[in-house]
Amino acid sequence: MSVNPITAPLLAADGTPLKKSLGRALRRQKIRALMLIAPLLLFVFVAFVMPIVSMLFRSVENDIVANTLPQTVLELKSWNAELGELPPEIVYAAIASDIKIAAKAKKHTKVGLRLNYEQSGASSLFKKTARQVKKWDLDADAPFKEKLIKVHKSWGQIEIWQTLKVHSSNYTSGYFLNAIDMRKTVSGPEFQPEEKQVLILLFKRTLIMSLIIMGACIFLGYPVAWLLANLPARQSNLLMILVLLPFWTSLLVRTSAWKVMLQQQGVINDLLVQIGLVADSARLVMINNETGTIVAMTHILLPFMILPMYSVMQTIPPTYLRAAKSLGATNWTAFWRVYFPQTVPGIGAGSILVFILAIGYYITPEIVGGSKGVFISNRIAYSILKSLNWGLGAALASILLFAVLILYWTYDKIVGIDNVKLGG
Amino acid sequence: MLSRKTILATAALSLVAGSAFAGGHMSSEMTIVSWGGAYSKSQLKAYHEPYSAITGVTILNDESSGTATAKLRAMNEANNITWDVVDVEAGPAMQLCDEGLAMVIDPDTMLARAPNDVSAADDFGDMLVSECFIPQIVYSTTFGYRTDLVGSTAPTSVCDVFDIAAYPGKRSLFSYPINNMEWALLCDGVAKADIYDVLETSDGQDRAFAKLDTIRDHVIWVDAGSTTPQLLADGEVIMGATYNGRLFALIEEQKQPVAMIWDGQVMDLDGWIIPAGLSPERQARALDYIMFATDTTRLADQSKWIPYGPARKSSAPLVGKHAELGIDMAPHMPTNPVNLERAFLMNYSFWADYRDDFDAKFQAWLAK
Amino acid sequence: MAIMTVISRKPLSFVLPSMGLLGALFGILMGMSMGNAGLGIMIGAAVSVGLSYVTILSAAKEKMMRWSLFFLSLISGYYAFGPAGMIAGGLWGWFYGWFVFWLFEGRYRARLHSYLTSGQVLWHFTFRLICGAVFAYLIMPIIVVMPLSFNAQNYFTFTPEMLQFDPAGYSLKHYMDFFYNNEWQRSFKNSLIIAPIATVISVTLGTLAAIGLSQSHVPFKRLITALLISPMIVPLIISATGMFFFYATVGNFLENSLGIDKNLVGYVKVILAHSVLGIPFVIITVTATLVGFDNSLTRASANMGAGPVKTFFKVQMPLIMPGVVAGGLFAFITSFDEVVVIMFVGSSKQKTLPWQMFIGLKEQISPTILAVATILVCMSIALLVTLELLRRRSERLRGLSPS
Repeated sequence: MSVNPITAPLLAADGTPLKKSLGRALRRQKIRALMLIAPLLLFVFVAFVMPIVSMLFRSVENDIVANTLPQTVLELKSWNAELGELPPEIVYAAIASDIKIAAKAKKHTKVGLRLNYEQSGASSLFKKTARQVKKWDLDADAPFKEKLIKVHKSWGQIEIWQTLKVHSSNYTSGYFLNAIDMRKTVSGPEFQPEEKQVLILLFKRTLIMSLIIMGACIFLGYPVAWLLANLPARQSNLLMILVLLPFWTSLLVRTSAWKVMLQQQGVINDLLVQIGLVADSARLVMINNETGTIVAMTHILLPFMILPMYSVMQTIPPTYLRAAKSLGATNWTAFWRVYFPQTVPGIGAGSILVFILAIGYYITPEIVGGSKGVFISNRIAYSILKSLNWGLGAALASILLFAVLILYWTYDKIVGIDNVKLGG
Repeated sequence: MLSRKTILATAALSLVAGSAFAGGHMSSEMTIVSWGGAYSKSQLKAYHEPYSAITGVTILNDESSGTATAKLRAMNEANNITWDVVDVEAGPAMQLCDEGLAMVIDPDTMLARAPNDVSAADDFGDMLVSECFIPQIVYSTTFGYRTDLVGSTAPTSVCDVFDIAAYPGKRSLFSYPINNMEWALLCDGVAKADIYDVLETSDGQDRAFAKLDTIRDHVIWVDAGSTTPQLLADGEVIMGATYNGRLFALIEEQKQPVAMIWDGQVMDLDGWIIPAGLSPERQARALDYIMFATDTTRLADQSKWIPYGPARKSSAPLVGKHAELGIDMAPHMPTNPVNLERAFLMNYSFWADYRDDFDAKFQAWLAK
Repeated sequence: MAIMTVISRKPLSFVLPSMGLLGALFGILMGMSMGNAGLGIMIGAAVSVGLSYVTILSAAKEKMMRWSLFFLSLISGYYAFGPAGMIAGGLWGWFYGWFVFWLFEGRYRARLHSYLTSGQVLWHFTFRLICGAVFAYLIMPIIVVMPLSFNAQNYFTFTPEMLQFDPAGYSLKHYMDFFYNNEWQRSFKNSLIIAPIATVISVTLGTLAAIGLSQSHVPFKRLITALLISPMIVPLIISATGMFFFYATVGNFLENSLGIDKNLVGYVKVILAHSVLGIPFVIITVTATLVGFDNSLTRASANMGAGPVKTFFKVQMPLIMPGVVAGGLFAFITSFDEVVVIMFVGSSKQKTLPWQMFIGLKEQISPTILAVATILVCMSIALLVTLELLRRRSERLRGLSPS
């Protein structure tokens, strides 16, 4: 009896068709792998992804106006903000009632604070108004238009009404517009007045300084990586320690060390004054400005550039260069046409890594950056901790995160995340 | 029968209520938030140590006052307040009060009367700037200068800071609009009383920035109270703005050749708030602490450690000598009548309205 | 490296001008500190040419000449600048003597290919010099911190006494401050509590996941890896602000719903936050070791009757151990060095060493930070050595010859 090998299925030892058996084994393998990953994935998701997503959500969240002043928001819907006329009495009555209710629940000041980000003076306007409105009888004391304008002249100006209307929706693009130096107005997005434009400048500065730092790292890292890759193993391992030691040393230690080095009474200035390159009265200002940030951050990020470059250069056989030279290439041509192109992946990997880390830096610019060497991260921290404009902080963070994720994606495409190497 | 029951119930209730405030049901541990450094030390010596000695309460110090408003807001959102008493400046205290994050204080029942039986409300007087705020000290932000680096005529007026010709050299200023805007207008010839009215107009703001423009290249911007003393000690600046307590330490404790300008200094208040939403036991403990720590004697005690003026009128005569240096403290107080003459009082409600706006403008101006 | 080229003495017409150039460079520096650079160049060049000529004349007694150059420089340094000058002078004299003979005897060529042109030789050494400068940039700040931590003054600068090597200029008081000040000790202890626990969590979960990820058929492998590595990539300030809001809620849940003690909750929050930050490092290092893992070993183990658990602990674990330990070290240092997240998530009860240092740098500037820095640098050197030893062990285990 002959079995046709094409039609009859191959059987596994236990008699099930081999295909099915293999499929089952594969499935089991997949499940086992996922089971191993699951606890961590869950942990990272709950303890890292969720917090960040919920924080970023604050950049569009804006329910405070609609929740606190519901009647006013409803009435304002039928008011045309662009005509330049004050809203009708019914809106004034609505806001008087809303404020009275809000004042009882002590919520009026929160609306004031929220609107104060958009229009200075809103904070005290709501406080002052609530103090008076509390005493009013909503039925007997109508009409309210005159009364409110008497309490505070702002109620008689169109700006506050426009602000209210524009920022009454539950979700807003306002914070994102603020984050790029624009603002939401009745006639659509507009640029902030010039004297208030600073955030784009900060984004640009973060970008430019990160590029400079990246460039400096390539420039300084390339020769060192080459040397490490071409020295005999014993010597290069020794020199590698010089690269790894700063990498392993506490960030704050390195930052404080730069403070010691760069300040006006610091080591470098002392040395320069001692050898007479700089007059004692004209000591260089190298800290609390861009220079300080660039010098210190290049130092901190340099190992992140050297290590990937090194691992790429290690794989390039030195015979290529010799072959090129023996075929008649000059030193420069041999380097530029033969060696350099092979190191580009290393440069790319290092550059993206350094750039990603640089644009999100916070501690070092905070300590050595002064007022001109700070990054957008410092502004995010300021918005969250000091000025308490959490929406703006979240919007800035979203933009920064978006930029980083794009770079991360590029890195993954070019290098592959599983190819990240740490410390050789 | 029924009435007897009611009486019993009332008695039981009042017993419970009574014991709750007599120490039985107060928590035995509390977290007090303050600024750290020498300031926390003065509070530790004047308030925490004696209070712990009397009551046996463990006091934990948290040096988070710099970010207190943000953290309190986050705690409140999460409904998990871990702080019991928080030391903040008057401005943030008012904002916390507005947001409902701080508890409203009734000075008559919750604060101690003065020894001469004046009510607490009268004793604190104008210092009670917010209904949630229990003032502790008055401090001022003022200028110190290097006596050996300013030439033969020492600066006497805040406007000397703006006089580059007479006092060449670097000066340090805080990198925030508050105080700087006022000084700029004051030295541009605006009367003290009109400053905030002028600052409200866009012309006035331009004027202030124009005045600051004249010294801009000669300024080192700082963002912490400790930086200016360091810069002065190193001789990196010839004059600089910081808190009067920091300058006192520099002059009297570290014996640096530095002197202070008591002119145009901006007075501000620092004090306590109790976060809203504490459990009854913790709230009772916090109130008990506040009652103790803000009475006339304790406030005067703090001034033995740091030259900040006690916020109660009745404490002023009790200000004595420095606990370690033995110096008479009264002349160093911002509340000393001689020092008060040319002082300048911060307008809290103005800054509550304009802080965000000015902050953006000031940062933009700095970055240009 | 072996000697590759037979060396020969170089003509004076090459050596003397080179030495003159070196002398001129030295002369510029000296001249400028005296206020006259031009004169310095000329004197420097002339003295150097003369000195090297005399040295070369008696080249037969190399050892003696080098010693005398050393002492000459040492003594003149002492007379000019005191004890610090003596050390600098000694070093300079030693270098100068070595350099003269290095040039004259042509020793610089000994280790280079004989076919290199003189231009290539010059470039070779210029390149080394550049690399040396970069290494100096990398290591200098860390080295400078160490002597300053013994400063008797409360400043970040070298005092005149320190430069004179006057014992009065040095003291251990900043170390005393670190060891006896409650704030520093408390924060040090906190660091020692938080970092190890966070490390254990990230290592346990991270190693399991890395083993899972290294299996051959994992659905969404790329996406999952990207997600698990993201804590390293996302700017810390964003992670910190996100956690700032989130962990306040977590704290509330733990305290009120589960009734856990308030202080414990504070630590739990910080530890969880830190272990998330440490995870990418464990994933990366363990995955890297697993790449070289020979899967037939597990099959062989199964063949011989070992269960999966036994295989894991007896076969897989010893082999991936170096990766796990390296990942653990990275996770440890991440937590031990972390300052942004803890400032947002923690309260002062959980204040760690970096946080205390940050306060020190922003608030009261005290050299105690430098003492702590020195201690930490010593710790990282110890860690580095551990890593290097581990690497060698792993190579031995895999039967690779040590490179």
